[in-house]
Parts: sequence; C-alpha cells; structure tokens
Amino acid sequence: MKASVIVFPGSNCDRDVRISLEKFGIKTSMVWHADVKLPKSDLVVLPGGFSYGDYLRCGSIASKSRIMKEVIAHSKKGGSVMGICNGFQILVESQLLPGVLIKNINLKFICKNITVKVINNKTNFTSKISRNSVLEIPIAHNEGNYFASKNLIDELEDNNQIILQYCDAAGNITEQSNPNGSIKNIAGIVNKKGNVFGLMPHPERASDELLSGMDGSLIFKSLK
Amino acid sequence: MKLQVIVTLKKDVLDPQGSAIKSSLSNMGFKNIESLRQGKTFEIILKEKDEKAALSKAKDMCEKLLANLTIEDYSVRAIKE
Repeated sequence: MKASVIVFPGSNCDRDVRISLEKFGIKTSMVWHADVKLPKSDLVVLPGGFSYGDYLRCGSIASKSRIMKEVIAHSKKGGSVMGICNGFQILVESQLLPGVLIKNINLKFICKNITVKVINNKTNFTSKISRNSVLEIPIAHNEGNYFASKNLIDELEDNNQIILQYCDAAGNITEQSNPNGSIKNIAGIVNKKGNVFGLMPHPERASDELLSGMDGSLIFKSLK
Repeated sequence: MKLQVIVTLKKDVLDPQGSAIKSSLSNMGFKNIESLRQGKTFEIILKEKDEKAALSKAKDMCEKLLANLTIEDYSVRAIKE
C-alpha cells in the first residue's frame, strides 16, 4: 500500500504521520502543496498543523491549493483520503466532507488525551477495531467543534457516517465527555461513499509505546 | 472600484466569540445589549469600472473562498469615494 502525505506551509504533524504510516508497512511519500501531480497513491493523508496560519478560516486557504485539485480527483475516483485535525478542517472546507468545524465552545485551545468510541468499524479506516471499543488518543485544537444542520446530522446517522464520538473512559457518550461542543460528540466522520475520513484526534500521537500509548495505531493497522 | 464585503455567521450558528465580547461589554458597564455577533469585513479594490460587474465578481469570491456558506452569510456593496 502506498500513501502520500500532503505538506502545507504550517503543517506540523506531517513527519509524525509518515513515521506512523511506515511503521505499519505503508510506503509514504511527502508531497508539497504547490505540486501539480500526486504520486500514485492508495491513500492521501492531510496532516495536522496550522496550514497558512489558520488565516481566514482554518483549512480554507489550503483547500484551494494546487495539489488539492488532484486530491479531490483522487477521492472522486474512490481513492482513500484521511484528514487529521487541520486535515479534517481542510476536508470540510474542500467539501469532501459535510459540515464545518467551528471554535471550541469554551474558546480555548484544548490539548489533552481524550477517549473516543468507535461507532462504525465497517470502514477502510477502522476495520481492525471492534465496534464500540474505546480508544485513548490526544486532541490538540482550537476549532474542533463539529457543526452541521439537523438534516445533515440525521443523514450522517442514517448512513452510519459517524465513526468516532467523544465518550468517557467507560464508553458513555455524555455532555461531560464532549471536550469542544461538537454536535452529537462527533470526533470523526466519513463521506457517504466511505472513502474520505476526517477526525480531530491525532492517532499518530498514540502509535508508540514510549509516547502516549498505542490506541491510535489501530487506525493505521486498519488502513487498506 | 472599491468594494466592502461583510461576512457574518448565520443566525442559528453559535457565536462563542460574540457571546464573550458581549459579556465583557456588559461587565464594563454597557447595559441593555440584546445581542452581539462577530463578523469579518474585507475591503477589495478591483480594476473594474462597471459596478455591476465588480459586485458580481465579489459575490463569486464570497461563494468560493471568503465565506463558508454552511455557517456564514455575506453581503457586498460598492464604496463611493
């Protein structure tokens, strides 16, 4: 399996993601945002960071960068795309995923370990994780508050597009376990076709025994 | 042609920044603030003499980049100097 990690000015999780992908046997190339051609890839990863300094709206300027035309074409052909944190914001700004990520309800940048429940494991991103299992993965964001109209949320639920929800350590999805105000505690969703995945938690920061645990590695092991 | 674009959050979208500013103003003694919403303005100078064409170009900019129509509304006007 081959992956491409897109590097925008201001990306800062690109090398961590590469290390995680390669650790689980995925050959990875780094692709600069101004490149016009995407190397042959099964998966494109949009990494976390602060692309273009979060100017205008998080992810908005990156979503118009040259390489994104190729990424959009790749996704339309059914190729897998995973956006982590700022990558998720870029995916909603590119309209590859529905909804939008607005400022955290408490107006604070939140950087801590949280727990998420895996709601749907029938995707190319979660296939090796048992349904309803609880993963501990760090979040680090200021704009992770998922917002969408009621109709859209109903649609996400009907199509099983909600993949991860913030929960407590026992797996209960509660208001107290919602760090940022996201509707329905949403932490990660896929598009209708299931080939584009966006998530706020950072699995690459929980893929090494010496750092904050191995729960994030389950996502990298699932990739296919 | 000079244009002003105003981008605001849609009515039913939560505006935590606006609420924080509103409560700060109240604490400072500005009473009776019913509501406060934060937005953005852009001043654009276009090499375009025709007002209608300039406005339509600015609207296109709003739809494609300046506003996220999922959560934001925009308005465009020409500024006469």
